[in-house]
Amino acid sequence: MYAIEAQNLTYTYGIKTPFEKTAIRDVSVQIPAGEFVGVIGHTGSGKSTLIQHINGLLRPTSGKLLLNGKDIWENPKEIRKVRFSAGLVFQYPEHQLFETTVYKDIAFGPTNMGLSEEEVRLRVEEAAEFTGISSALMDQSPFELSGGQKRRVAIAGVIAMRPEVLILDEPTAGLDPRGRDKILDRLRRYHQAQKNTVLLVSHSMEDVAEYCTSALVMNRGTLFAYDTVENVFCRTEELEQMGLAIPAITQVFHRLAAAGIPVSRNVFTMDAAKQALSAALEGRGRNA
Amino acid sequence: MHESILCVILYISMACPGERILALTEYIHAVNLSFSYQNEPEAPQVLKDVSLSVEKGSFVAVLGHNGSGKSTLAKHMNVILLPSGGSLFVNGMDTSLEEHLWEIRQQVGMVFQNPDNQLVATVVEEDVAFAPENMGVPPEEIRRRVEEALRTVGMWDFRDHAPHRLSGGQKQRIAIAGVLAMHPDCIVLDEPTAMLDPRGRREVLETIHRLNRESGMTVILITHYMDEAAQADRVVVMDSGTVIADGTPKEVFSQVELIRSAGLDVPQTTDLVHWLRTEKGLDLPADCLTVEEAADAVAKLFS
Repeated sequence: MYAIEAQNLTYTYGIKTPFEKTAIRDVSVQIPAGEFVGVIGHTGSGKSTLIQHINGLLRPTSGKLLLNGKDIWENPKEIRKVRFSAGLVFQYPEHQLFETTVYKDIAFGPTNMGLSEEEVRLRVEEAAEFTGISSALMDQSPFELSGGQKRRVAIAGVIAMRPEVLILDEPTAGLDPRGRDKILDRLRRYHQAQKNTVLLVSHSMEDVAEYCTSALVMNRGTLFAYDTVENVFCRTEELEQMGLAIPAITQVFHRLAAAGIPVSRNVFTMDAAKQALSAALEGRGRNA
Repeated sequence: MHESILCVILYISMACPGERILALTEYIHAVNLSFSYQNEPEAPQVLKDVSLSVEKGSFVAVLGHNGSGKSTLAKHMNVILLPSGGSLFVNGMDTSLEEHLWEIRQQVGMVFQNPDNQLVATVVEEDVAFAPENMGVPPEEIRRRVEEALRTVGMWDFRDHAPHRLSGGQKQRIAIAGVLAMHPDCIVLDEPTAMLDPRGRREVLETIHRLNRESGMTVILITHYMDEAAQADRVVVMDSGTVIADGTPKEVFSQVELIRSAGLDVPQTTDLVHWLRTEKGLDLPADCLTVEEAADAVAKLFS
């Protein structure tokens, strides 16, 4: 059984209108529980359409979407429950903040789930802890916070529902490096603690290499690959043909390997690069 | 003494009109510029004593994390904000004098981060015509300028499209065309690519580099993307309202610790070479920026 499984998923927008367009075609993928998946693809590749199926915002034109082995559209009246178990954080989620205090905003989701006040408080505190929102901020208006803080409050609002699957659509878009690192580090810690499934839609191959355990690549409405980050990034030429830039550090190692230096081509993160170069430099010392 | 200098200047400007332009190569000139949003003396200073000159025709990237003051500086350049202390001159005009306001706003165009917030019309060409219409440009001339601007940004084929149906990168190029239709000397872009996907970023960057190269447009690009800054002639790094580094991309990015302390990233290539230099004590050039430069420098260790 998989946390998320798509079976021949196809979705067509605007059926029987002049704007009819098939956004995703025959996508089949099985994602085991506990993965931290980087979802990669150009704008228009179908990745947003795919993730909107996972929490039932879109209903497949054909094919199935299963969460924990269960077809989410088996009983359409129950679809609201799916939205609690698969939490979706949209792009620029801070635009959706609306409450008068940070606490109330984070509490909105769990309150709607019909939980007791005590349970809601517990979950709000837990979510604020995961996202690094200090208790001093709880009574402030969310609109007085910095951009990075607002976004973390919005993410906390989804985390507070304790979803089994957390999907984030470019959670670091528009943030500066400090804001980006803070969100990604917090997500990593959250994932390690909760051991749930996290999907991170990102344009940054560097971030996917650094944070994710597996990568899902969409291209022109079809699934190009779903595999470990290493196996996906090894297909450099194909990725580049799709216009997806591989990390700069990987490009450096490609050049080094091509120049006959004894290093692997498959180096995707700074840490791996440092290890690989340390080893190669030691080898150089012995040979000399 | 004073009069004699004046006479000489007058003489030069009359004798050789071209000299005036040469003397004004400093297109934007900030002198001890300070700014705070409130008038109280203890109010936090967003800009502290910033002095900076931008040469006409140059491509300057201003880097800094959120809250570093980089956008505030940009907003002084077309008089959205006025200095609390010090002065800013645009093409020799003091921005604090109201008589220069319209002249400066026509010479310095601004493009902002969110493409959806700066398009006003329902048809692309009408949007581009908005500024020249407001300036009272004759209709025939407006038509000419709109076509020229849309062709420059590669969006002429979309002239009768609805802006809201375009991609983010296309919208930003329309916003740039809207600025170009004013025939400005300088364009200031405040994180124009922050909300765009990689393809949109590339479109916008190619457009502004071409403008700079082919039309000699002065470009000031506010960004926190290092790779964008690396392509500029000059990089100015801001932190806590002051300029902490200023130089060519190579000069600036080789100061890895300084860049990091300002809450910014260095490119992975620079990071790798820096690590080899500091942790491994190897003799490598500090200013490797591109993949080629970094790979060549590392490869030399093995030759």
